[in-house]
Order: sequence, then C-alpha cells, then structure tokens
Amino acid sequence: MLGRLTVDALPLYSWVAMGGAAVTILGGVAVFLLVTWLGKWRYLWTEWLTSVDHKRIGLMYIILAVVMLLRGFVDALMIRAQQAFAVNNEGYLPADHFDQIFSSHGTIMIFFVAMPFLAGLMNVIVPQQIGARDVAFPFLNSLSFWLTTSGAGLVLISLVIGKFSTAGWTGYPPYSGIEYNPGVGVDYWIWALLISGVGSTLTGINFIVTILKNRAPGMKLMRMPLFTWTSLCSSILIAATFPALTVAVGLLSLDRIFGMHFFTNGDGGNMMNFANLIWIWGHPEVYILVLPAFGIFSEVVATFSRKALFGYKSLVYATACIAILSATVWLHHFFTMGSSANVNAFFGMATMIIAIPTGVKIFDWLFTMYGGKIRFHTSMMFTVGFLISFAIGGMTGVLLALPPADYLMHNSSFLVAHFHNVIIPGVLFGYFAGVQYWFPKVFGFTLDEKWGARAFWLWLIGFWIAFMPLYALGFLGMTRRMEHYDNPEWQPYLIVAALGAVIILGGVFCNLMQLVVSFRNRKETEDVTGDPWDGRTLEWATSSPPAPYNFAVIPEVKGLDAFYIMKEEGAAYTLPDHFEDIEMPNNTSFGVIIGGLSFVIGFAMIWYIWWLAISAFIGVLCCVIIRSSMDDTDHIIPAADVEKLERARLATLSQSISGKG
Amino acid sequence: MGALLKIGTRSGKSGYSVLFLVLLTTLLTGCGLLEGPLIDTKGPIATAERDLLFAAFCMMLIVVIPVFAMTIFFSWRYRENGGKGKHRPTWASSSLIETIVWLVPIAIIVTLSYLAWTYTYKLDPFRSLKSDVPAINVQVIAQDWKWLFIYPDYNIASVNELAFPSNRPLSLEITSDTVMNSFMVPALGGQIYAMAGMTTRLQLLADENGSFTGRNTQYSGDGFSDQDFQAVAMTEQDFDSWVAARKQSTEQLDGARYLKLAAKSVAHPVEYFSNVVPNLFKGIIAKYTSRACPGDSDSIQMICRENQ
Repeated sequence: MLGRLTVDALPLYSWVAMGGAAVTILGGVAVFLLVTWLGKWRYLWTEWLTSVDHKRIGLMYIILAVVMLLRGFVDALMIRAQQAFAVNNEGYLPADHFDQIFSSHGTIMIFFVAMPFLAGLMNVIVPQQIGARDVAFPFLNSLSFWLTTSGAGLVLISLVIGKFSTAGWTGYPPYSGIEYNPGVGVDYWIWALLISGVGSTLTGINFIVTILKNRAPGMKLMRMPLFTWTSLCSSILIAATFPALTVAVGLLSLDRIFGMHFFTNGDGGNMMNFANLIWIWGHPEVYILVLPAFGIFSEVVATFSRKALFGYKSLVYATACIAILSATVWLHHFFTMGSSANVNAFFGMATMIIAIPTGVKIFDWLFTMYGGKIRFHTSMMFTVGFLISFAIGGMTGVLLALPPADYLMHNSSFLVAHFHNVIIPGVLFGYFAGVQYWFPKVFGFTLDEKWGARAFWLWLIGFWIAFMPLYALGFLGMTRRMEHYDNPEWQPYLIVAALGAVIILGGVFCNLMQLVVSFRNRKETEDVTGDPWDGRTLEWATSSPPAPYNFAVIPEVKGLDAFYIMKEEGAAYTLPDHFEDIEMPNNTSFGVIIGGLSFVIGFAMIWYIWWLAISAFIGVLCCVIIRSSMDDTDHIIPAADVEKLERARLATLSQSISGKG
Repeated sequence: MGALLKIGTRSGKSGYSVLFLVLLTTLLTGCGLLEGPLIDTKGPIATAERDLLFAAFCMMLIVVIPVFAMTIFFSWRYRENGGKGKHRPTWASSSLIETIVWLVPIAIIVTLSYLAWTYTYKLDPFRSLKSDVPAINVQVIAQDWKWLFIYPDYNIASVNELAFPSNRPLSLEITSDTVMNSFMVPALGGQIYAMAGMTTRLQLLADENGSFTGRNTQYSGDGFSDQDFQAVAMTEQDFDSWVAARKQSTEQLDGARYLKLAAKSVAHPVEYFSNVVPNLFKGIIAKYTSRACPGDSDSIQMICRENQ
C-alpha cells in the first residue's frame, strides 16, 4: 500500500538530521499558523497562489529562491564547519550525512535558488521592458512556477522523510545506479529535477514567444534593452538544453526502477553517455544563469553612470556569441575521461573562445563608467564587486580550459573555487543588483542603502576569504567532497574558508535586515514617480507598483532607451487622448492544482507507491483537458476604470512634484 | 634524464615558475603552499602541466590587471561626489576602443589555443613516454575503497602501495571494479578516470625518490575520503629487492581471494600478493563487457562470471 515507505524513513539516525527535519517542519507550521492567525488564506489563494499576473508570479519565484537560498546556505555552513575540523577525525558529520549535504547544497543552489531567482526577475521585468501587458502564455507561466515549487518541495521533504542523494548535484552513475545506491536519496534528486525541469522548459518557451511576439510597436530587436536580450538568449538555451537534462535523468530513473541498463556497469550500460547528456545541459546552464545577470549589470551600470550604455551592439553580439558557443564546450567537464588529444584540444579551444566575448562585455561596462557620473547605489556596488571578482573567476576558467592543466585541477578544490567564483560574483551579485534596482518597481518604495552597503561589503569580503583559500588548497592537492582528511597543512586554509562563510552569514543577515528596515521606513522612501533612478528603459514608465495591465496605452518605441527618449520629448507623463478596454487573463487554480499533483506523483514514484502515482497522473491529465477546453479565460477592465486609475496616478505625481517644488 | 622527455621545461624551476615562486614566497611563506604537490612537483609530467597553468595565468594577467586598474580608477575618477572626471552622458561608442577590446582578447586566446593544442598532444595520457629505459608496467584497479596494483611482469600485486623505480617511466593501465573513480598522484601528474569495462592509460615519471600521496578524486561513496595510497619512487636496487620481497609473500591472489579483496572496505591496509591469477586485469574488464573470459581456470572464471 505504501510501497517502501515505512517508519524507518524518519531521520532518527542522527541528532543533526533530526534537527534539520525539526527546522523544516517548524518552518512550515509557523507559516501555516501565521497565515491562519492573520486570516489571510482566502486572500492568499485568490490574489497570489492562483494569480497569472507575471509580476506576482515573479515575486513568488523570488520568495521561493530566497527561502531555498537560506536552506542551501545552511548546507554550505555545515560543509565548511565539517572540513574546518575534520583533520584526522570524523568531524561531527558521518560520511553518509556529509554526502547528502554537499549533494543538496549543489542541487538547491542551482535548481531552486538560481533558476527561480532568474525566472522571477525575468517575469517581473521583461514584459514591462518590452511594453507588454503580460507574458505570451499567462497560465503556462503559473504552471511553470508551481512545477518548480513542487520540485523544491520534494527536496525539502527529503529532510523529513527518507534521505537525500549522496551522489553530488550531477548524480553520476554508476554510483547513482540502484546497485550502488538502493535507497530513496537519488530518487528524490531525480524527481525534483524532472518536475522542476518541465517547469523551466515551459518558462523558456514562454519567454521566447513573449519577447519575439509581444514587443511594443517600434521596438526592433536592436532596440531591445540588454536585460531583454540576455533573457531571450537565456530562454533559447533553456528550451534547447533542459530536455537533455530531463532525458538523462529520466533514463537514470528507468535504470533504477525498471532495471534497464542505460548507464549501468556492464550489460550494455555506459556511464559516459550520462556524463555527455548531463553536461550538454549543464554547461549551457551556467550561461542560462549568468547571461541575464550580465543584462542586469548592463542596465545598472548605464543608469547609475548616467550615461548611455557603451557599445550596445558589441554587447548584443557578444551575448549571442556566448549563447551559441556555450553549447559547444560541454566536454571540458570531463577532459579526464580518456578522450583522444584531438577531442580534448578541440573542446579546450572552444571553451577559451568564450572568454573573448566575455572580456568584451567587461570592457564595455568599464567604458560605460568612463565619462559617467557614478552614483554608488547598492546595485552599482554589486556591479563593481562583480567586475573585480569575476575577472579572477573568468581567468581560472581559462586555466581549466587547457586540458593538461585540467588533468591536474579537475575534481580539486581549485575547481570548487573556480565555479563559486563565477556563480557568486557573476550570477548571485547580478541578481542581488537586480533586486536592489527593481525593488521599488515592485513595491513602490526603495530599499535602505545603508544596510544594502553593509550586505554588499560582507558578501564581497566573505566571498574572497571563503574561496581564495580553496584555490590554494588545489595546489596543495586537496580533492573536493572530502568528509575528512589526514593532511594537517590543509586545515589553516579550511579554517579561513569557514571564517569567510561566517562573514557571508553576516551578509545574509544584512540582506534580511535591509528588508525589515526598508519596510519600516516605507513611508519616507515611497516612490510615486515609478522612476526613482532616472531610468532609461520602459519598465520605469509604469507606476510603482504597476497597474495590473502595466501600460494603459501600449507605448510607441522610438529608439534604444525608449523611456529616456520619452522623457526628453516630454511624452513620459501624459494622459492619452482616449482609453480603451483592456482584456486580461483570469486567475486560475489549475496551476497550483497541477503543481500539487506533480508533487504527489514525484513522492509516490520515489517511494514506489504505484497506485498513488497513477491516480495523480490521471488527475493531471484531467486538469489539462478541462483547462484546455475552457472558453472563458479572460476578463475585461473597462476603459473608464483604466482612466480612473491613470488619472489618480498622475494626480499624485503632480502633487508630489509641486510639493517638492 | 635530459633525453628522456622533451616536453616543455624539464622538472625544476622554469621561467614562469621562478616568477611565481618569488611571488608566492613573499606572500605565503610559512603556509606550506610552496611544498604543495602541484607547486613542488616531483616529475616532468606534473611540472609541464603546472608550467602550462602558470603560463596561461601570466597571459591572462594582460586582461585581468587592466580590468582591476580600470574598475578602481574609473570608480574613483567618475564618482558622483567629488570625482574629477568629465561627465559625457551621450558618449557611447568608439571604433578604436571597440577594436582593441575585441582584438586583445582574441590575440591572447589564439596564443593560448596554440599552447592548448600542442600541449594536449604532448601530455596525452595515452601516449607512451620516450625513454632509453623500458617502462614499468602496472595495472591499476579501483575498488571500494582502495587501489589494487598488479605488476604483470613480475606476477605480484599490492594494495594501496604503488612502488616503482624513479627516473623510469611508469606506464599504467587503469580500470574499475566498482563505480567511476579517478586515479591521481598530484606530485607526479594529472588524473584519469577509472571506469568499469574500460581501460584508460596514464604515464607518470618521478625524477627523485620519495613517497607521494595518490588518491581517488572522483566521489565514490562512504569510504571515499580514505581512498588514498602511497606512490613510492625508489632506486632500481631498492625496487628489485621490493619485488623480491613481494614474491615471497604467502598471500596469493587467486579468484576467491580476489573476490574477498574486492568487497567494500574503508582505509584498507597495505597488502602484498604473490602468484596473481593470470590475466586478472583482462578478466575484470571482461566481467562488464561481452568479451570472452581470458582463460578457463576456475579462478579467472570466478571473476568473469561474478556479475552474471
């Protein structure tokens, strides 16, 4: 009846594991009680969980990313604490537990922090930046979010029921095969990826169509803001490569459940195929994450240098080059698998070529600062921190692209330092900059810059102290993923690295304090203009927070930096001659229901509860059929209502201007 | 020694590494970094790989240093409060700058690509080292969680100890009787995966005597952290007596003993075997492939058939 789910699945094997389970359960209960106490269940359901508004879905994505970031960061602290002390002793974590933690750290940070953070920022900003009222497929958008959330839910519940994978975030077979890993851990990893992967693929498709079809009149491709360009390239990569991940992980699942032999030792299986498939997705994934961050840096650096972006065309071509090249380099993740010198040399050179457009981008941002009048807003600080730190990460990437150098450094802590050095300053600082920059657009008040600056400095210094020692440890011969070690020379470096992680913890604290303080001061920092930074692109033309339809009248785009031109021509804050009815999509509960059923499918498959998996799957099919045959999915916002909202906005705006004057 | 290997710089301190040793000495004396196996390398392969890394590092500084300098200088000069730079709000393109920022990285990458191409060939782990003396052949088998070394020319085997004469090429054939592993002795050279049913190769050479730690670097389960061994480079005489001592070992590696050895064990002690079952290495490969079992003896059949 319950498959292999028994009472043994509870984490009674160690105090640390029980602590993790307790925190997870208490967190869930606390949220439940809070919403009940506030009496907000109905509001939450009708206005948020069932919403198809891209701005609300975007915000929910970012909340999910922040929650998972905290979880993934606790994993990081536990890894650093273990390695700081485990010289010639077992430390406080047994191998089996330590292995779950580094596996969940990687899985969470890539799939459930970086991906939802990215999807969230794209959702909030891209439609506004292209002068659209919503994404191309609003219901699909809601569904994508709930599939991602249900994948994240599976990772969280693995702390309470059963164990998580010990096979690392890439889950290489044959170690992740049923023969060597009979438990449920790898299955949790597989189903979290399968379900959220479908969500990501749908997001990719949605944004390709949105950007190509929903742009305001006059916005030619070469007039699109850089964040939209990078989101487009990133979405194309998502749609092209996530299916490879789904196939790789799906075949592994067939190996495990049905005893097939795609990747097993022997019987015709070959793990090398898995390595190829997962990295055909995995390398473009890095660029899926970092390209939109490059877009954010482009927007921020131009706005806060008070200048047009230097080398717009160069930046667009560089972005496109990177997107195409990123699909040609996956083999550099396994130069040491024994390919011929021809093959290794080819992929090494292809990898290094990516450094060219990336270098161009860095210089274009620097020359945007040149001749500027730079205001060091928190988002600009993250941008400058990125430029300095990413240069090092990019350099070590080129070093690793030389196959013979990679023979030395593969699987070492040098490698760990390298990819954190591109992902933290590149991706995370980029998304942080995006949050600092666009927060007032979503909430109508700006973030506190004092706490923002504190968070920035702690993150930057903490990052350097945490990861530079790992580069050195690579030269000392330290391998990654070691639960303990017997070389006392490594320990000082690992203690310093742990100290760096503690400094980052301070940064995380400042991030949270910034939210609290900003919320408390929201009256003083209110922004009624919708354009607190003297922005250049269309998202600043809407009110903050924007009306449900974003634009009462779709703007006419006359060039690059569309909103800047509108302001110069005095066309920015004018009422149109007449208003029209606006058609907007209805909220729908199908997204959250299908997401919930997908969670049930995943959980049932993990525990071999076949009847439940089949019933939930039939449920999903029924939902899809019902939803597809519904006719009445839109509603009309009458012109009179639109006019009322717009007039009210302009009234406050002129009031505040005359008040200041 | 000189004629032995013509790859890049020979062991010791090359131009790049001198620069680096000076730099690192000033910064990191006392942190043990200079004795790190990838800095203080003990063989020409590791040295050549290290020097390639350092060469690329120096070349990348051509970009990294200007990025650092420009970031700091521009941030200072064009800051809003008190910056001396002139505000030029519409200046957004310059053919000259665009050309330079494309061409300089291209030039660097073209140079590095040349290095990548030539050195990937020279340091191909499948390529035998040129040498006047014959190589020592060792067959390496990854197990959970230890390493078995078979010396087919001497009919002996050892667990977690790889002995070989210094200044003589060490030619390794590598496979796995468990999950994917990666074989590496950092002081002597880079790594290569060990995979069941497949053979990979690695060529190493120590140019001084000593004991160097080697290990599996590919995560493989609970005993992974302890899956290390000593690679001991010694004189020819010492190696001859090492071999002679192993031949006296009472432990013999037949089929049953092999299966016992291959069972999971953590931090396995060093063990020695005489009389290794013939074609053991091929038998372990055959176990995972459709290849015929290399022999009829009960011992080898036991190993080949274990999986069926």
